[in-house]
Amino acid sequence: MGQLKNFFASRWGIIGVGAFIGVLAPLLQKWGNPGNMGICVACFERDIAGAVGLQRAAVVQYMRPEIIGFVLGALIAALLFKEFRARTGSAPIVRFVLGAFAMIGALVFLGCPWRALLRLAGGDGNALFGIAGLIFGIWIGTLFLKSGYNLGRSEKTHTSVGWLLPLTMLGFLVLMLIFPQINGEPKSGILFYSLKGPGAMHAPLLISLLVGLAVGFVAQRSRFCTMGAFRDLILFRQTHLFWGILSLAVVAFITNLIVGQFHPGFVNQPVANTMEVWNFLGMVLAGLAFALAGGCPGRQLFLAGEGDGDAAVFVLGMIVGAGFAHNFALASSPTGVGPHGIAATIIGLLVCLFIGFTMRKRV
Amino acid sequence: MNTIVDARGLSCPQPVLMTMDEIKKASQGEIEILVDTDTSKENVSRAAESKGWEVKGVREEGEGYRINIVGS
Repeated sequence: MGQLKNFFASRWGIIGVGAFIGVLAPLLQKWGNPGNMGICVACFERDIAGAVGLQRAAVVQYMRPEIIGFVLGALIAALLFKEFRARTGSAPIVRFVLGAFAMIGALVFLGCPWRALLRLAGGDGNALFGIAGLIFGIWIGTLFLKSGYNLGRSEKTHTSVGWLLPLTMLGFLVLMLIFPQINGEPKSGILFYSLKGPGAMHAPLLISLLVGLAVGFVAQRSRFCTMGAFRDLILFRQTHLFWGILSLAVVAFITNLIVGQFHPGFVNQPVANTMEVWNFLGMVLAGLAFALAGGCPGRQLFLAGEGDGDAAVFVLGMIVGAGFAHNFALASSPTGVGPHGIAATIIGLLVCLFIGFTMRKRV
Repeated sequence: MNTIVDARGLSCPQPVLMTMDEIKKASQGEIEILVDTDTSKENVSRAAESKGWEVKGVREEGEGYRINIVGS
């Protein structure tokens, strides 16, 4: 077990994990998930917000088992390797706000960093603007980190605190089993289900859950992080995490070629639009928020699975942010940005700058 | 007396940032870093090695680890 532990922390370990996700994400799309959205942490958490009625956009409501699997897979890995450690108290409210605005930014672009890579690997040229924005946002974040920005220390706490988000996810899974999707019905018991749009496109529950568990497991072991990949490259010239996302993008590209899902171009890409400036700025906001919060949306789920209560608050912030994004018409659609998406992006950037400038105390 | 960096409770990338700062200041000698997660332990060790410092020892201590790195 010790050797396995070392393997995942090695260069080949992280490359292997990237490749693993790079194969499975396009396959999830083949098995039913939306276009270039085999895995999208932001979109899927937004769909969960829809499933429980926190937002009522009819086309994006589904209790995504991948997200549940990410948290529970990471929990299993952390327990198995004795890394589960309940901790909290490092600026939870700041993490909540960063999570909410990260989601709002991601939904202006229409994807988290994971989906930005998958969109590129599927031939969607608009993703280039999103990835450029992501890197720019993370770069701003590194300037704050260099000037002493930090979220303060967390403290060890009761084990049950670390279990709350995993248990919430388990609860979501149980709800899904009690109230399963009924063909042609928009609601089953208390859960909402999309009849059309991306929310209606999904791989079979068991497959989604198993892939989620497997990805959660290996990602917890390897510390896979799409934001950290760029941050470490910019901040320390370290390439370790970057190898992971490079591997993900290249392998997803090859898998898409093999299964016939590579369609290069800018127009008519699935769940995407061609507004370059807002594709860029949406991801500047998301990238900055992820950098200030110390992890991409996937990494926050994996951390929450290993007992990090602050990461759990970030996750809840993202889910609530998705509620605002759709209730206030901030999220983009294939036709362009939402009526208030531009205002929300600007406000989000100002909030992130406020947080960055005012939290630079020495620890 | 070795320099001690207490990075317990701090999340990524603070432990590495603090270690790098000390490595820059000291340029040689021995630094002890206290961390409380396996991720931080791996990241700090990797960062020290990338700067040509040797990870002399890692031992469990309380709820975390004490990492000794040596630069020459």
